[in-house]
Amino acid sequence: MIALAHDTHRPPADAPGARPLPPRRRRRAVLPGFGLSAAITSLVVTTLVILPLAVLVLRAASLGPAGFAAAAWTPRARAAYAVSLSAAGIAAAVSSLLGLVVAWVLARIDAPGGRILDALVDVPLALPTAVAGLVYSALYVKTGWLGQWLVPLGIHGAYSFLGIVLVLVFVSLPFAVRVVQPVIESLDRETEEAARILGAGRSQTFFRVVLPALLPAVVTGFALSLARALGEYGSVVFISGNMPFRTEIAPVLIVARLEEFAYAEATAIAVVLLGLSVSLLVTVNALQQRLAANSQ
Amino acid sequence: MNRPVHAAARTPTPIAVTLVVAAWAIVGLFVVVPLASVFREAFSGGVGAWWAALAHDPDTRHAIWLSLTVAPLAVVFNTLFGVAAAWLVARFRFPGRSLLITLFDLPFSVSPVVAGLALVLIFGRQGLLGPTLAALGWKVIFSWPGLVLATTFVTLPLVVRELLPVMESIGPEEEMAAVSLGANGWQVFTRVTLPTIRWALLHGVVLANARAVGEFGAVYVVSGHIAGATDTMPLRVEKLFQEYRQPASMAVASVLAGLALVTLVAKFVIERRLGAESRERQAIRAPDDPVVEAARP
Repeated sequence: MIALAHDTHRPPADAPGARPLPPRRRRRAVLPGFGLSAAITSLVVTTLVILPLAVLVLRAASLGPAGFAAAAWTPRARAAYAVSLSAAGIAAAVSSLLGLVVAWVLARIDAPGGRILDALVDVPLALPTAVAGLVYSALYVKTGWLGQWLVPLGIHGAYSFLGIVLVLVFVSLPFAVRVVQPVIESLDRETEEAARILGAGRSQTFFRVVLPALLPAVVTGFALSLARALGEYGSVVFISGNMPFRTEIAPVLIVARLEEFAYAEATAIAVVLLGLSVSLLVTVNALQQRLAANSQ
Repeated sequence: MNRPVHAAARTPTPIAVTLVVAAWAIVGLFVVVPLASVFREAFSGGVGAWWAALAHDPDTRHAIWLSLTVAPLAVVFNTLFGVAAAWLVARFRFPGRSLLITLFDLPFSVSPVVAGLALVLIFGRQGLLGPTLAALGWKVIFSWPGLVLATTFVTLPLVVRELLPVMESIGPEEEMAAVSLGANGWQVFTRVTLPTIRWALLHGVVLANARAVGEFGAVYVVSGHIAGATDTMPLRVEKLFQEYRQPASMAVASVLAGLALVTLVAKFVIERRLGAESRERQAIRAPDDPVVEAARP
């Protein structure tokens, strides 16, 4: 609050003429603090977000097109992208589907323990990812709580591709639920009732009336889950076994290269990953604007 | 719940029962079982062994202490930034405003590992500012300031994102009235703005703190992973795991899981307050609406 206290030394802004830094036209400029809040915001955003990411991109650019390709497109890196994209894609799809079920129950059905269920959905947001990775790997190994039943059936949930998908579903589930849930709550039940009265069956009503209305939210939830899952590191590093070409995801490869002091390669792979994240973020923003426009 | 009860909702249909069972199965398998398993494994050797793993290992003690230093620092920075940024974006219109809002969200979608690497490229020994920092004798990477920077980056959107919708829904009228009555900026903020955003602010702080304590990827890259020096609690969990000291690793993990549960309880309480306040606001705005009238205390 030190920075804001600085405002007290100003003369009282009782006359409109005393207002600090009028940012043109609008009447809103009556409020003080534009200069100060703009200064703090731009300082933090520049030093912490723009500058580091710009340096990252410039470092990668300084490799030149051929150098960049050689660093970012090695067979091991390509395998890591494939593992990252497929695991994150599958996990986001599973999360969206499971999230839809959970969101529906939370929004529509007065389930026993509904409040608790609602609170439990947020656990992955609060639980450190390292804890999730540790406990998932402990659960699914041969001697684990779940592994003792699953491993004899040939289901290896630890040190495998499946393990990566499992933890990624865990970390992305809240996003999938929380985006869809308010949209289900705001759905007009009368439309569904009308469809039923007009002779539509349950499944017809769901697929023709409900699902089209939910689809933008489900897609947004999918994109958010995908973004979260693509960048995830903490939980995956425990459970995947990190075998190059098989269960090594792109962030793990970046760290491996860094530990070998292969900065150029780490940077190039990081830029590829950054490009993916930024394009996903742009997609999510566009989808959310669409969603907001639809709900009005 | 003030939800209108429909005739169909009163007698549970087979589909409703199936869905409820499915939802509990999903949350049970992915959330409840792992969470319960953390505590089961942590206390499998008894409370004494659990305590010994935490308190008698100097590296673990140091990690706990470091986490309790780094996370609050990052949260303080975030709170300052969040309030300033929300004030700027919710109360003023200027060119580049929507781009700025997108930039606030960027840390959510950038992989923490990528963020950590970017910080190394600036503050590291071979980084942009490396020689300058070395000349000044400051160490950022492989030291606690780097941990604070990385943690602040990762949690950057959390406070702004909580404040923005609340400040936008309240509007600037009350603050403008205060200014016209002669209040200065500090008075407007502490007497008008802060009371209306306090629960949203607290919500953001609680979420940012949980994320800050648990951050792994970004911190892993900038810390250099030095036991007894730059290992935070999540990094300690990983190191003990790599050393095949599963019980000790689970003991540290159980402390983190306990913190997560405390966070969730706090979040639940704060959200109820937030909900009550937003209903009150609506009631003041639209006193004729019978539904809103009914929801009034």
